[in-house]
Amino acid sequence: MDGGTTSLGSLALRFAMMSLFAIGGANAAIPEIHRIVVTSQHWLTELQFADAFAIAQLSPGPNVMIVTMIGYQVAGVVGALVATLAMCGPTAVLALCVSRLLGRSSRSPWPALIQSALVPLSIGLMTASGWILASTTDRTTAAFLVTASAAVLAATTRLNPLWLLLAGGILGFAGIV
Amino acid sequence: MALDSSATPTAVPAVAEPPGLGELFVEFAKMSLSGFGGVLVFARRAIVERHRWMTAEEFNETFALCHFMPGPNIVNLSMVFGARFRGVPGAFAAFTGLIGPPVVVMTILAALYVHFGELGALRRALGGVACVAVGLLFAVSFKMLVPLLRRRDPVAVLLLAAVFVAVGLLRWPMPWVLAVAIPGSILVTWLRRRSA
Repeated sequence: MDGGTTSLGSLALRFAMMSLFAIGGANAAIPEIHRIVVTSQHWLTELQFADAFAIAQLSPGPNVMIVTMIGYQVAGVVGALVATLAMCGPTAVLALCVSRLLGRSSRSPWPALIQSALVPLSIGLMTASGWILASTTDRTTAAFLVTASAAVLAATTRLNPLWLLLAGGILGFAGIV
Repeated sequence: MALDSSATPTAVPAVAEPPGLGELFVEFAKMSLSGFGGVLVFARRAIVERHRWMTAEEFNETFALCHFMPGPNIVNLSMVFGARFRGVPGAFAAFTGLIGPPVVVMTILAALYVHFGELGALRRALGGVACVAVGLLFAVSFKMLVPLLRRRDPVAVLLLAAVFVAVGLLRWPMPWVLAVAIPGSILVTWLRRRSA
């Protein structure tokens, strides 16, 4: 954490920029968040970043809450608030303005066309997010097996993901992962 | 966890009273706090099935817009949805309901993490949780990929793979990758629709 010299303004600006890359969900922005937060600014270590992702998945709320965790580690409670508002506020206001502009009865084909054009990019980005995180979390065979089983179980059953996360925590606590 | 999904919500018009400001705040807070690993399912259940504030089509249309706009889409949805019923104050009521409670929870967890994150037992447990969390992310990607594979859409799969290689393996900055990939994908989609 070399965040001592980070001003709140630059924190806000960086997270507002990152929010633009949340294509089809906050998890699609993780490669960019990781690049800024870990690689370029050194606000968090690889391990702290993976922990932040894990805690955000484990706690209730939208996936975007990982930025609250990061903001706190950069600049305390105020940092948590600033990061969250910067990540969520501007794009939400933009969506609001566009929705009013288009109106309800709009039959423009563009939103649907753009959405279907973005789907493959969104999937590619989320897979990249998983890959980037896995390069920190899955350093052992046991860890890889846990990730693989969780992926298979979540993709093929309707099991509540919370149980899988808790099971992972127990396996980790027991020293198996 | 009563799941009354047997009644098809499409057939039922959204006849319910539009929600008030307090109700918007409380309902979005509830959705948010019950949403482990994604709030969308809970939002749809509350808005379409439980309260009937929108029909399924209206919800899908609204969500499609929020999905194609940049930003966390469920957050976008809260603003757009709130505004539809109660104007700008409604937008902010829904937004703060969605974001407020989890921010408080996350801030507390972050404070605990900063103080106790080095403890051996917690380190090990978090390591296990992280492995599973990554697995869940792969599962979501896979579930989204299945329809593309079913449609035998080689262009989409190629684009997806290119983005993964550029951002995940080569670690190229996303702004540059997307500056090429977004216009490219829109152009390809448009050309194919036009010729279809």
